[in-house]
Parts: sequence; C-alpha cells; structure tokens
Amino acid sequence: MNIFSYALRIFFRQIKSTEIIILLVSITLAVAALTSVGFLTDRMSQSVDRQANEILAADIRLRTPDPIPQFWEDTAKRYDLKTAETQTFPSVVFNENQSALATIKAVTQNYPLRGKIRIAKELYANEFEIEGIPEQGKVWVDGTLISRLNVNIGDNISVGQTDLTISAVLKYRPDQSIGFSSLAPSLLVNIKDIPSTGLVVEGSRVRNAFLVAGEEDSLEKFYNIIAPTMPESTRMRNREESLERTQNTADRAQRFLSLTAVISLLLSAVAIAMASRQFAYRRMDMVALMKSLGARQSFVISITCIHIFLVGLLGVIFGSAMGFAIEKILIQIVGDLFATQLPNPSLKPILLGSGAAIILLSGFTLPSLIQLRNTSPLRVLRNDITPPSLSVFFISGCSLLTLGFLLYYILQDGWMLITVFTGLLVVSGSLYLIGLGLVMLMGKLRGQAGAAWRYGLANISKKGSKSVIQIVAFGLGLTVLLLLTFVRTDLIRGWQKTLDEDAPNYFLINVQRDQRQLINNLLLNANLEALTFVPLVRARMTKINNQDVKTYKFPDEEGRWMANREANLTWATELSSSNHLVKGEWWSKNYSGVPLVSLEEEAAMEMGVDIGDQLNFVIAGLEIETIVSNMREINWDSFQPNFFMVLTPGALDDFPRTYVASTRVEEHQKSVLHDITRNYPTVSIIDLNSILQQVKNIIDKASLAIQVVFLFTLAAGIAVLFAVVESTVDERRFEGALLKTLGLNRRTIMLGMLAEYTALGFVAGLLAACGASILAWLISVYFFEIDYEFSLVIWVYGLLSGIFLVSLSGLLATKKAITVSPLHTLRQAP
Amino acid sequence: MSFNNKILVAESVTKQVTSPAGDLTILSDISFVIQRGESVSITGPSGAGKSTLLGLLAGLDIPTSGRIFLNDNDLTVLDEDGRAGVRAKSVGFVFQSFHLVASLNALENIMLPLELNKHPLPRERAMEVLQKVGLIERRLHYPSQLSGGEKQRVAIARAFSTEPSLLFADEPTGNLDTATGSSIIDILFELNLNSTTTLILVTHNQSIAARCNREISLNAGNLVSSQSIT
Repeated sequence: MNIFSYALRIFFRQIKSTEIIILLVSITLAVAALTSVGFLTDRMSQSVDRQANEILAADIRLRTPDPIPQFWEDTAKRYDLKTAETQTFPSVVFNENQSALATIKAVTQNYPLRGKIRIAKELYANEFEIEGIPEQGKVWVDGTLISRLNVNIGDNISVGQTDLTISAVLKYRPDQSIGFSSLAPSLLVNIKDIPSTGLVVEGSRVRNAFLVAGEEDSLEKFYNIIAPTMPESTRMRNREESLERTQNTADRAQRFLSLTAVISLLLSAVAIAMASRQFAYRRMDMVALMKSLGARQSFVISITCIHIFLVGLLGVIFGSAMGFAIEKILIQIVGDLFATQLPNPSLKPILLGSGAAIILLSGFTLPSLIQLRNTSPLRVLRNDITPPSLSVFFISGCSLLTLGFLLYYILQDGWMLITVFTGLLVVSGSLYLIGLGLVMLMGKLRGQAGAAWRYGLANISKKGSKSVIQIVAFGLGLTVLLLLTFVRTDLIRGWQKTLDEDAPNYFLINVQRDQRQLINNLLLNANLEALTFVPLVRARMTKINNQDVKTYKFPDEEGRWMANREANLTWATELSSSNHLVKGEWWSKNYSGVPLVSLEEEAAMEMGVDIGDQLNFVIAGLEIETIVSNMREINWDSFQPNFFMVLTPGALDDFPRTYVASTRVEEHQKSVLHDITRNYPTVSIIDLNSILQQVKNIIDKASLAIQVVFLFTLAAGIAVLFAVVESTVDERRFEGALLKTLGLNRRTIMLGMLAEYTALGFVAGLLAACGASILAWLISVYFFEIDYEFSLVIWVYGLLSGIFLVSLSGLLATKKAITVSPLHTLRQAP
Repeated sequence: MSFNNKILVAESVTKQVTSPAGDLTILSDISFVIQRGESVSITGPSGAGKSTLLGLLAGLDIPTSGRIFLNDNDLTVLDEDGRAGVRAKSVGFVFQSFHLVASLNALENIMLPLELNKHPLPRERAMEVLQKVGLIERRLHYPSQLSGGEKQRVAIARAFSTEPSLLFADEPTGNLDTATGSSIIDILFELNLNSTTTLILVTHNQSIAARCNREISLNAGNLVSSQSIT
C-alpha cells in the first residue's frame, strides 16, 4: 500500500475538519507574520548590500567643516587617485510663495567616484543611471521637494540669491542615507553654482567632503601622508566602517520587527498545541481501528506525520502568499519614509517562515504524535481506553525547548534570546496569574447570576487554564492595538499641547553678526517683536581632565558621542528662563576669570564629568581650557535656543560666531520670513510646525505598520479561541443536545454561550485596557516626559472591542455545536 | 509447538487491571481450544469479561498471565507490531459500533485491510465482497450516508474481504434493530458457511449464540462452560 497516496486521500477528505483548519490557520498566521516582516526587512538589507560598495560614493571620505586643503588634492594626484569634492548644507529653497527646507548637495565633476546617480525625466517616470552631474544653472531635485514646492521639470527655483532650473528628478545618489530619509530632501547642484547663491560664507554650517577612490595600496599611502597633518575637526571614514554601521542599523530594525512578529508566532504556537491535541484525539479511533486491522505503528505514525507535513506545507504556501500581500500593504504605508526605492524581496523570508513552521509543528505536535503512537488497538472494543497521559514535565519541556529554539532561529542572538525568553516568561506568567485570578473570581460570582450567566460563567471556570490562555491571548493582542490606536494620538496631542500658543514656531540659524540689526528692522516693520540673538561658536572637545577624548573612558556610549561630535558653544550672563540650575553656582554678572562652563545635567552624567573637571575645546585651530562650574536641566519643549554647553561671557570673544534666534510667526505674517531669506540667503529658517508635522507623519506611518503586524496577533488570538472552543466542541455538542432534549430552546443555550464569551471578552478587554493604560503612562512619563491624562476612551474601546471580538468569534466557533439536531448528536454518542 | 487443526489456544489466561480500589481480576485462568472452521459464541452477562477476552484473543491486548496461540503464533511474546502482523494475515473484525473510517467511502473502507495486506487486486476484491453483501450500488457512499444496517454490512464485507482464518465479531447487532440485526447475522453466518473462516462472536443474544457450533460462557471473569451445541 502506498502510504503517501493513502495519506493524501484521507487528508483532503479531512481538510474541512475544524482541528485541521485551526492547525492550518495557526501555521498560516505564524508564517504570514514572519514573512511579511521578513520580506520588508529583507528588502532593507538587500538595499544595504546593494549599496555596500558605493555607500560613500568613494573609497575614503574626509569630512571637514573647513575648506578642503590643496595638499590633499595634490597628494591624491601623486598616487593616481580619483577625487571629487562635495559641500552639504541645509537651506530653504523657494518657488514663488512656496518654500521648503532642503539639503543642498553641491558636487564637482567626478562625483560620484563609486556607484551611479539615477534620475528620471518626470516625477513618476522610469529612472535611469546617468554619468556626470547637473550642468551649471541646472539642478536635480528629490521628488518630495518637487511636491512640496509644487513645481515641475523645467521650472526655476530660488536657491539663495540665484535661480536654478530643475532639469531632472533625483531618484538616487550613492551616499544618500539608507534608512529613514532625512527631514530635508536633497537637491543636487553643480559646485560652480554655489558662489552665486551667496549661501556659503565664513561661519556657515557647511560640511565639506573630499572623496578619494583608487587602488588599495595607493589609498593607504595617501592616507598615511595626510593623516599626521589632518586637523582635529576632520572625520575620515572608509567603506568597511560605513557598511558595518548601516548593517547594524538594518539588523536592529529587523530584530525589532521580528520581535513584533514573535508575539503572533507564540500565540499561534498555543493554538497549534491545542489544535494538535484535538487532532490526535480525533484520530485515536482511526489509529486503533487501523492497528486492529493489522497496521503497524510505523504505518499509522507515518500517515499522521504526512498529514502534519501537508498542514505545514499548505500553511507555508498560504502564509507566504499572505505575507507577500501584507508586505505590499506595509510598503504602501511606510515606503515613502525610506530614502531609496527598495529592491524586490528575495525568497529568504519564505525559508525563514518554512523553518519556523517546521519547528512549531515538530515541537508542538510531538506530544500528540506520541499519544497516537501509544493508542491501544483495544480502543476499538472499549472507547474509554486512552493512551497513558504524558508527563507534564515532558510536555512543558518540549514546548519550552521548541520556543527557545524558535526564538534563537529568528533572533540569531544568544543574549537577546535569554532576554526575550525571560521577559516572555515573566510577562506571560504575570498575565496568566492575573487571568487565573479573574477566572476564579468569575467562578465565585456565578452564584449571583441568572441562568444564562450561570451556565456561561460555570463554563469559564470549568475550563480553568484554557480560559486563562484565551484571556491572555486576546488581552495581549488588544493591548497593543489599543496602545497603537488611541494612545499614539493621545501622546502626540499631549506633546503638541505642551507647546503653548505663544511658543516659537520658527528658528533662524546661521545669522551673521552684522545681519542681526537688519533682520530686526524687517521684523519691526512687519509689526513683530525684535529678536534676541544667541551667539553660537562651533568647537570640538579635545580633552577631559587633560586626557584625550578619543581614549577617555566614558561611562556611557552616548557620552562618547556627545564628546566627539561637533559642539555648539554659547555664552550667557544670566541663566536662560527655560533652564534651571541643579548643581553648582551660576557665575556673577561681571565674572572675568578662567573660562567656566555650564553643562546640561544628563550630558555631564553620560560623559562622566563633574563640577571642577577641566574640559578643553578647539575652536578654529585654537585651544581653550574651561572648568565645569554648574549643571542645568533644560526644558527642551520651550523651543528656545538651548545649549548643552554654555560658557562665561568673554571666553569666546575672539572666535568666529554666528547667531541663532527663535520667534513666533503667525500664518498671515509669513511673508516677512520670505523677505529675510531673500535678503539674507545665508540665514536658514527652520519651520518647527512642518517638522512636528513630519515627525507625526513618521510616527503615524510606523505605528500603522506595526498595527498591521499586530493584526496577526489578534488573528492568532482568535485562532487560540477557536482551538479552545474546538477542544470542547464534542462535549458542548452533547451537552447542548442533552439540554435541548430536556426542553431548553436554542435561544437559551445560545444565550448561555454568549454570556460565557461576553465574560471572557470583558475580562480580556479589561486586561488590555489596563495594560495599554500602564504602558501609555510609562511612555508618556519616561519617554515623552509629559503628564499622562487618564483616558476613558481606552477603557470603553478596550471593553467593547474585547466583548465584540470574543463573542463574535466564539459564537462562530460554537455555531455547529448548537445548530446540529439533538437526535443526530445523541445517535453518534459513543 | 504445532496445533494442527487448532486455530486458537488459550492457556490459563488471566487479566488483571489496577484500579483505585486495588487490583481487579477481569478474567481468571481461562483455558480452551478452538478448532479451524468452528463458529464459537462467547456469552455471559454484562461485566463477565466477554469483550476483554475477545480483545486478548485478537491480540489487541496482552494477558497478565497465561498464553494465547493464534495460528501457531504465541501472541503473549510478540510486541504490538508483531501482533498487528498476525492480525493483518489472519484476523477479521466486526464491531458493535461498526468502526468505519468516516473519510473513506464504502469501497475504500473495504479496500483498507486488503491494501494493508498488499492484496494484488484490492479494488476488484472489495467490489466482489460488496456484491455479496448487496451494497454494490452504494460503494461510493460515505459512512455518514449509510444506515446502521448498511454500515454493518460494509463492516462485514471488510472483515471477510481478506479471507481471514479467524473472524471476531463483537456484539455485531448491538446497535441495530431486531429485523436489521437478524439480517446481519444471516449474512455473517452465510459468509462464514461459504468460507473456511473460524467465527468467534461475542453476544448477549441466546438465539444468535445457538446458531454457533459452540458456546463459551463466562461469568464474573470465570469460564462457566465451553460446550458444543448439537
């Protein structure tokens, strides 16, 4: 007898049985959750890999705030290396009355040295690779910028004091960011056009980069020669280093998204475990019969294994197709947040999904398979004979081992596995205990309820741990959905509320010393208040207590970043109104001693610096020594110009500086901002409203995408409910038939079941509303640092959606048990 | 050991089970011999141990002590697969609750033991026995589409399809009305008469027992009598 064809024949006739459907749905959901996320992250990492060799548009990039030394150019030429230069800075660009913040990228002829630029002739036309850069007077503009400025190809836009013609849509440049696009879209321009814009003057915030490419040994020689003379402010980056950073970011994103999928996966595992028990139970009679007819154990087990394999195969096919479709939806939602067009996904996520399906099925159906193997053929004569129960330790060991293996398989990181596993055990353990308490409470309450409720509540408490699992599964799914749906909007609203009506909404940066009065004149003419300009000096920290910051041991990685980045220094006589002193003394008005510095409290902590410590800075090639005198807490929400480091007056007098200011400009007064930019193109105006809007947009899209992934969690919760109902459906059917025979009508029985599901949904909703509120409070207080307002909406929606979802799916799952005729059921009694 | 004409030998068969109240003896020191071609009924009141004995004789379970030989095979020393092998070769079953595979139609249910036995023409043989039980027209019907009597006829056809040397029937009319039950018994005895199969039948019904060559009577796990019916 051909086992496979026999197994296949039976399988397709049994495929409509509920336990197979539940197994199939659970596997499908698990695979779909993993593959949808997998396809997305695969496209992200492919994008990284594809850009691997062109990530810098060069082999080495030297970035400096100062002009590129001629010496670098000469040295590179000497070793036959190709070179190019770029200048990058933010600026507001105009088309008539439309304006937008852009990242201006000015490049020389050879750019890019590695990789190719891709452009398109129309906004939505096909892109193509192009050699060379925009001609003088022309500009290639990012699609987002074209939309924001409401312009077309061939139109002119004002960049500083000059007008440039848009000749193409910039689709891709090798050194653009791979992750989320920056808030200011790019504009590629010929470097020869920069002087006419008047945007680059002394003190402007321009990043100059010198790009070098060529043979490996020539590059090494070039670097060895220029390194000793390289100014402190120069940052060298090579390809490998950049690639590693980008891959790390992609890896982190992948892990985070995989973790969200893991929750659906775990719930699917619960559903699989329950459905496979029912699967085994329903097959015991057949196995006993086949054994009585002379079938060997290997035969019956092979048939069952083939069935499980077929469930897995179908699950992988359906799940992957679903995952592919969901990924398309995810990319619709978040696609435009990425700087690059993502490449098509590979088949790797399907392998990941298939692997997970195999692990899930083998681990969670193994106990059921053993039970089937141990089924005695004597069952054909005595229906009450069941195989000996497996040890609880064996089953839980099997499940934990499978989960551990599965998590390791997905996360590929031992430490993360331990963290997630411990976290999961703690969270599910606590949820389980809360659920158990609620179920016990319901058991006690049933004495005080009417007939239908008594029947329903009795059913919940009778099913004990199964009811708890349902509550936890639903509660978890609902928590996340509630959090992402309501709390997200609440948080953003709360955050916006902290910006009071008079809070500044525009920042002016890069203001030159002599422009201050002229700008104030423009504002006064427009009946606006004059601005208070705050000086800004760009510096780099070199030493902490005479130890080089490069070798200094920081208590925190953030501290290293803070010390090594370009520092913006200012000076002040008095403490700003948006700051308050937390440690030390503020200096006197006429202080004239050794320069003192005031640090933002958290930054000081991360750098491991305290009062009395010495900090050295290099400004325009000169070094100054400062002593930490006090620490401040800053209210960043004030939207005043605030600084991590503030020095005593006079300390920075001799250094080049620019000024910053913030102001409130209403919609009808906006023309004054255009006047400022037209007259003083070096001044950059940052619109906080639009940045806030963009941040909101990113949060909205990201949370919508996560919500889509969490819909799998909800679906998996429903699968668990169906699995639980299914495991009791035979019992319910006989109970229902018996009650009907005793004279109860269908409506009363239905009401009893409805009461059971309503109570379950209520408790799940309660757990979810409670969980979402706690999480929302934690996020508000610790992440957004705003007061959390208790929201009744979460509770109302939590309870309503819990009751609705659980009742609807519960009644659907039990329909068969109450609609079938009692005679039919009772005749089938064993 | 060879038994020539003996198809089934039970030697001091005892079956005990452990219950919360202590060890419970279901069958105690049962011995008898059944010859090829005989038809034997096992009778006794409820709880006498009839079904347990049947299960032991068919190798579905093993006795606590004693030995059972089926077609020269000592069932008590074989493992589960070994006993299944003996059943596949020599045994057919008819059960009280029919035990048809719900997802297979009548024809496929009959083909199942034939295929397990690697019969060269399972479909043809299954059609032949379906013809004999008068259900050829309903061969493509699933168990849920058949009446109780029809299900039992399919079960009988399935039991005879492999031409077993030994056929066990456990209360074959227990779930059927009198008229249907009687026609089922007729079919069973008719098929038995036309074959060399030995029939061992568990029944409450004295009139069915009376149609057998011999009656093994049990009471409270003990063999009361094992006499030929003349």
